[in-house]
Amino acid sequence: MKLELRKIYVKDIVFSDKTYTDSGVLYINKEEISKLILEDERLQEVAIDIAKPGDSTRIIPVKDVIEPRAKLKGDAFPGTDGKLDEVGRGVTYALKGCAVVTTGPIVGFQEGIIDMSGPLAKYTPFSKLNNLVLNIKKKESVSPHEHEEAIRLAGIKVAHYIARQCIEARFDEAEIFQWKDLSVKLKEYPDLPKVVYVYQCISQGLLHDTYFYGRDSKEMLPTLINPLEVFDGALVSGNCVSAGSKTTTYHHQNNAIIKECFKRHGKEINFIGVVLSPMTTVLDDKYRNSILTSRIVEMLGADGVIQSQEGFGNPTTDLMMICKRLENKGIKTVLISNEDAGVDGKSEPLPDGTKEADAIVSTGNSNATLRIPPMDKVLGDLDALEHITGGFEGSRQEDGSLIIEIHGILGSHNLQGYSYLGAVTI
Amino acid sequence: MKRILFYTNQFFGQIGGEEHANIPPRIEEGVVGIANLFKDKVEGKIVATIICGDNYYSENMEGCRAFLSKEVERLRPDLVIAGPAFNAGRFGMACGDVCSYINKKYGIATITGMYIENPAVEIYRSDTYIVETGKSAAFMRKAVSKMVALANKILRGEEIGLPEEEGYIPKGIRVNIFHQKTGAERALDMLVKKLKGEEYKTEIPIPTYDKVQAAKPITDLKKAKIALLTSGGIVPFGNPDHLPAATAKFYKKYPVSNIEGFAKGDYESVHAGYDPVYANENPNRILPLDLFKELERNGEIGSLYEFYFVTTGNSTSVADATRMGMEIAKELKEAGVDGAIMTST
Repeated sequence: MKLELRKIYVKDIVFSDKTYTDSGVLYINKEEISKLILEDERLQEVAIDIAKPGDSTRIIPVKDVIEPRAKLKGDAFPGTDGKLDEVGRGVTYALKGCAVVTTGPIVGFQEGIIDMSGPLAKYTPFSKLNNLVLNIKKKESVSPHEHEEAIRLAGIKVAHYIARQCIEARFDEAEIFQWKDLSVKLKEYPDLPKVVYVYQCISQGLLHDTYFYGRDSKEMLPTLINPLEVFDGALVSGNCVSAGSKTTTYHHQNNAIIKECFKRHGKEINFIGVVLSPMTTVLDDKYRNSILTSRIVEMLGADGVIQSQEGFGNPTTDLMMICKRLENKGIKTVLISNEDAGVDGKSEPLPDGTKEADAIVSTGNSNATLRIPPMDKVLGDLDALEHITGGFEGSRQEDGSLIIEIHGILGSHNLQGYSYLGAVTI
Repeated sequence: MKRILFYTNQFFGQIGGEEHANIPPRIEEGVVGIANLFKDKVEGKIVATIICGDNYYSENMEGCRAFLSKEVERLRPDLVIAGPAFNAGRFGMACGDVCSYINKKYGIATITGMYIENPAVEIYRSDTYIVETGKSAAFMRKAVSKMVALANKILRGEEIGLPEEEGYIPKGIRVNIFHQKTGAERALDMLVKKLKGEEYKTEIPIPTYDKVQAAKPITDLKKAKIALLTSGGIVPFGNPDHLPAATAKFYKKYPVSNIEGFAKGDYESVHAGYDPVYANENPNRILPLDLFKELERNGEIGSLYEFYFVTTGNSTSVADATRMGMEIAKELKEAGVDGAIMTST
C-alpha cells in the first residue's frame, strides 16, 4: 500500500468567480460553495467568510475543522462524500495551511472557540491557518441530530470540493508513505521494537460520534486499520465533545501520532499496526472493547503501544482499562491525556487511573483559565459562550473581555498530542 | 531598590532560647540576627525584621496576623523571607503561616526554607515557596544560598522555573506550559525509552484516590428516608441559578415535595457532556423522581427527602467533586436521610 501525498501550500484565500489555486493563493467562488451547501434541504442559509492568521476575528461556536483533500482518482472521505471505495493508496492532494471551519447556532453544548490573534491564538493550531468559515443556519423544523449531520456533511463536502478543484494545479511537495504487510515489516526491521498505535475515538452516541468509512463508530468493534486511510479522510468527526479534547476531522487527517510513528519507523521503532478502538458509554462495551483491542495488539506481536484518547472523564476509563490489559500482557504502553486539575491546579488531575499507567504524556490542565480581549469581528454566535464547555455565567467581563477555561478552545489539548501544551507540577 | 521584610523567631532573632518562646511579635528596623546572613547577598534592602516567639505565634495566630498586616501595609515590601526553619515544627508552622497569609492577602511573594519532613511543608507548600533545606542549622550556609538565589530571581522579576531547577519543594500545583516538542513527539520519546528499559518520567503521576467506605446497608427500606441526587444537570427550566454546562464548582438543591415527577418544559438539562434531547423530553430519564414518588405512595420506601441535589458532572475536578460530596453528605446526615440514589450521565 503506497500513498503519495501532494501538498499545495496555501498562503492566502481570496473570493473570486472561480474556485481554484494558483501561486499559493486559494480562490473561492462563494456562490458555488453556497449552492453546494444548500443542496441539503435541511439547511436554510450560509454566510461565508475568510479568517486569516493575525486577524482580529473570533469564531464561535466551532463545530469542525477540515483540511481540503481530494484523490487524483476516486474520492476522499469514503462513506461521507462521493463514491465509497478503499482509500489509503494512490495519489492524494492536500491543501496545507488552510482549512474549512464550520460554525453557526449551537448544535450540542460543546463547541469551541478560535481566535485568529491575541492570547488565545497560541492555544489553538487553527489560528495559524487561512480559514474558510461557513456560518450555517438550519431550517427551523430540523432536529438537533439532523442539524449535526447536515453541518458535518456540509463541511466535508466543501473541503472535498475545494480540493478537487485544485487537482490540476502545481503542487509544492510530495511525500510518499508505504504501508507494507506485517510479514515484510517483520523481516525489514527484525531488531527494532514493534509498536502499535491504539487509536481511540469517541463513540458515545448523543452527538458524541465518530465516523469510519461513514459508519458510526459506536456500532463497530475495535479493528485493525491502515494508517494511510486516515490521511484520506476515512475518519470524520461528528461530535460535540468539549472543544479542547475534541479530535476534529483536521486532527484525524493529520494524526500527530501516526506521523511521528512514520518518522521513527525503521530508525527507533518498527511501526506495525494501528487499532481503531471506539470509546462507548456502556460498561460491557468498555470491557469488550478493551479485551478485543488488547488482544489484537497481542496477536500482532507488539512490544510497545501508544494510546490516544478523545474526550475526558468517562473515556479516561476506556483509556485505563486498555492500558491495564496491555501492560499485564507485558506490552509497554504510553498514554496521552489532558488533565482536569482544577482552576487552581491543585486537584488530582485524572478522574480514573490504574497503577499500570506509569507513562503518561500530559496535554495540559484544561481547567486553567485565560482572559481574552474582545475581537473586532465575531463569526458565529457569541451568545453560545455560556453553553460551551469552558464558558460559564460570568465569563463576560465589564471591559468586554472574556474569561474562559482552556477546555473551550478548539484543539487546545488535543489528545493525539498534536500541540505543545502540557502541565507540570510546580 | 526592592524592599524585603524578614521574619524569624526568638532564637534566630537573638533574643534567647526556649524560655523566650512566648514573646509576642516585635519589629526592629533593619537587619537583626539571622537576617544578617542574607543582607549582603540579596538584591534588595531588608527594611525590617519581625521576631516572634514560636509558642506565642501558634497560640495567638489571629493576633500575630493582625500584627503582620499592620507592618506589611506600613512597609510595603516586595518580598517576605521567613526562616529557614529546618526541621523545627513550631517555627516551621509560624514561617508557613506568615508566608501563606501575606501571599494570599497581599499577593506579595514569600519564601521560607524547611526540611522536607517538617510537618508545615504539607500544610503550606502550595501557598509559598519553601526552599528545601537540611535537617538542622548545621546546614545553614547551603540553605541561605539556595533561598537567596530564589529570592533574587523573584526580585529581578524573572520567571521561576520548575522545583528541581530552583530548589523549592513542589507546591503540588499543575500549571500549563508550552513544550518545545509536541505531545506526540514526547509520547514516542517516552515509549522508546520505556522499550529500551531506560529511565523515563511520566508527566502525570499515577493518581491516588481517597477510598470511601460504604455506609451500612439499610435494614428496613419501608422506614427509610431516601434522597435523590444527580450529576446529570437537571434544573428548573431556564436554569435560574446558572449552573454551568461543565466544570461546575457548586451544586443546587430544589424542592420536590410538591411535584410528582419532572414535567417536560418545567425542568431541563444544562449538562454539556451529552445530547439533552431525550433528557428534555422526559427529565425523569436522568433522575427517576416519578418512580420514587410511586415507591413512596406504595409505602415501599419510608419517605422521599424534600429536596433533590444537582450539579453537572462534566470535567469537574476531583477536588471540587470531593468538596461538593462532603457538603451534600453533611446536609443529608443532618436531615436524617438514611439512603441516597445518585444518578450520573
